[in-house]
Amino acid sequence: MPTLTNGAKMLLECLAREGVDCFFGYPGGVTLPFYDAIYDHHIRHVLVRHEENACFAAEGYARATGKVGVCCATSGPGATNLVTGLVDAMMDSIPVVAITGQVSSKLIGSDAFQEADTFGITRSCTKHNYLVKRLEDLPQVVHEAFYIAASGRPGPVLVDVPKDVFQAQGHYAPVTSIHLPGYKVFTEGHTGQIRRAAQLMWEAERPFVYAGGGIIAADASAELRELVELLDAPTVTTLMGLGGLPSNHPNFVSMPGMHGSYAANMGMTKCDLLIALGVRFDDRVTGRLAAFAPHAKVIHVDIDPAEIGKNRAADVPIVGDVKRVLGRLNKVLEETRPEHDERLAAARTAWWSRIRGWKAEHPLVPITSDSEIKPQHLVSEIDRLSGGEAIVASDVGQHQMWAAQFIRFNGPRLWINSGGLGSMGFGLPSAIGAQFARPDKLVFALVGDGGFQMSIPELSTIASYGLPVKIVVMNNGHLGMVRQWQELFYNNRLSAVELDSFPDAEKLAAAYGFKGRTIDKPWELGPALEEAVREPGPYLLNVKVSPFENVYPMVPAGGAINEMVLAPPQPVAVPK
Amino acid sequence: MLQVISLLVENKPGALMRVTGLLSARGYNIESLTVARTLDPELSRMTIVVDVDATLRQQVIKQMNKLVNVLQAVDLTESPAVRREMVLVRVRTAQETRTAVLKEAEIFGARVVDSSTEGFALEVTGDPEKLDEFIDVMRSYGQIEITRSGVVAVSLEAKKLKLQPPVEPRVLTESR
Repeated sequence: MPTLTNGAKMLLECLAREGVDCFFGYPGGVTLPFYDAIYDHHIRHVLVRHEENACFAAEGYARATGKVGVCCATSGPGATNLVTGLVDAMMDSIPVVAITGQVSSKLIGSDAFQEADTFGITRSCTKHNYLVKRLEDLPQVVHEAFYIAASGRPGPVLVDVPKDVFQAQGHYAPVTSIHLPGYKVFTEGHTGQIRRAAQLMWEAERPFVYAGGGIIAADASAELRELVELLDAPTVTTLMGLGGLPSNHPNFVSMPGMHGSYAANMGMTKCDLLIALGVRFDDRVTGRLAAFAPHAKVIHVDIDPAEIGKNRAADVPIVGDVKRVLGRLNKVLEETRPEHDERLAAARTAWWSRIRGWKAEHPLVPITSDSEIKPQHLVSEIDRLSGGEAIVASDVGQHQMWAAQFIRFNGPRLWINSGGLGSMGFGLPSAIGAQFARPDKLVFALVGDGGFQMSIPELSTIASYGLPVKIVVMNNGHLGMVRQWQELFYNNRLSAVELDSFPDAEKLAAAYGFKGRTIDKPWELGPALEEAVREPGPYLLNVKVSPFENVYPMVPAGGAINEMVLAPPQPVAVPK
Repeated sequence: MLQVISLLVENKPGALMRVTGLLSARGYNIESLTVARTLDPELSRMTIVVDVDATLRQQVIKQMNKLVNVLQAVDLTESPAVRREMVLVRVRTAQETRTAVLKEAEIFGARVVDSSTEGFALEVTGDPEKLDEFIDVMRSYGQIEITRSGVVAVSLEAKKLKLQPPVEPRVLTESR
């Protein structure tokens, strides 16, 4: 006979069985029974300073490991504060399980204290959600939640638990089977389509690989690398896919899209075969769709059937797990390797020389100056110290784009950023989650002065747990990306983008009990970053950079990606 | 022309909201929606009539198929299917037009479900266009009040239902 237990303990037992070693949360009235059970449980609960950051930290944890990140909040305001993080995880396909408390079952719908319709509110921000009305459903629901979050196209799942369900007494029986008849997971890919894809790949004169976050989610870096080398194809990885192919790989071109490199965007535009792997043809990548990759046949591999043909029709659609599909595809490619064809080989060589030509014509080179710190200089110094190995958790804005352009990543799960939703305030808490997940790693939180000020409360979390996160504020005194758009598209009428009164970083860090410093001279940059990295604990480095620098290249909204603005002040017309 | 989407969904709280949410989030107005239990009491059949153009409709149906509670969502707009709707009409009739009303009802195959000195309550089923005509005709006899059921549809082709087999809880999380 199993021992009598309560819902709170049962929930923790389920989390333990799912391999959860730590989770991020903030307690409240209705989660009191749960927190009472946490008190003497081996799973580590990390107390953040705002529920939104609990979800961002869970995302950071998930992005750094591939495991499901877990966060917890109380009913009402606790749950509503999770919403941004849930949408963020949804947009970037990050496996997160959120546990929220709910008012007691009998009070639901009575406008009880701290009551909100969490189930209704989070319906569209989750992959799936649950309201658990009976204790006997709880274990089943929790295991389903983890299964749904991690399988197929990953995403956030919320479990809303009323207080009386936490308190109810019952016998725990381990869950042995999950049956979700309507939940379709496509993994293998269609054999015929895989063969067709292989054939097109061998026949293409100008193949181009466009790899995205799906490569990271599926842990398919090795398979991607094999494919790229088999075909010797130039490859771009999207903002979400950075590290999917090592940045120092000879076939790696860079990131494509709105702030992608000239070579990446020209390659996309001129290729005759676009091999799209774990991507969703996001508008920030494609620019004006009608002009996107106009000469290319498209092979599109994605685990989500709804992504195929959503924005761009696929000539060869393959619905499946990109890791398994590429594993099989690489085998087929090897089996079907054609005889040496002089004409094709010449075409491929010519294609590579065009790519190299574009790279040489407009290379991504970090600008530096003797008198002020250029933001590009800052990210390239972080790159130097990282050597492709550090975790960089970025906030959202100009610094994010420069980081994506200039910081190299030798592997997946090192680059952590809010890609789809673009949530400011993401960088610092996600760095916290990543540092908990990877205590062995050097973790930078690269944030702007805007996003940083959204996450200042988490300095307390960092101090409290002694996390050695290196917080680097790229401080241009502005909401830089919005300012850039106002400069370029709104006659430089700078409206509500100036951020004055930034706190003294040294005093701010000291107030939390760790080291901080502000620098503004280019010669200080290298040594200051080195000092931050040497410091065994947390470090806040506030770097004042030139305030009016813009991110280039830039594809104006609605433009085709080969119509890039390459540098200020005059747009450069790019020959078609 | 309006489109018909037929769904087989789990009979669970929130299932309806998830399906309609996909439409409302995209700003589509639902013309009609019916939902009721199937032979299997754990499942419901839902028929939605909505005005969504063809490419977006495909996307919406794919999104519906992704919902955990949805076993199957199919577009019946252009496939062979029978669509029927029921309307209940309460018509006030003067003494001298009662016979005429009954005659019209007979033409449309309507049944009298209630009769009083005030008039009749009539029940008629058919395709939506036929019901429109019936309502027009009844209106010519005086003040009417109607309730339409919304379209229910059944496909005339067997659609293969692919269901996910059960899995063990930890197995899949580990394999990720």
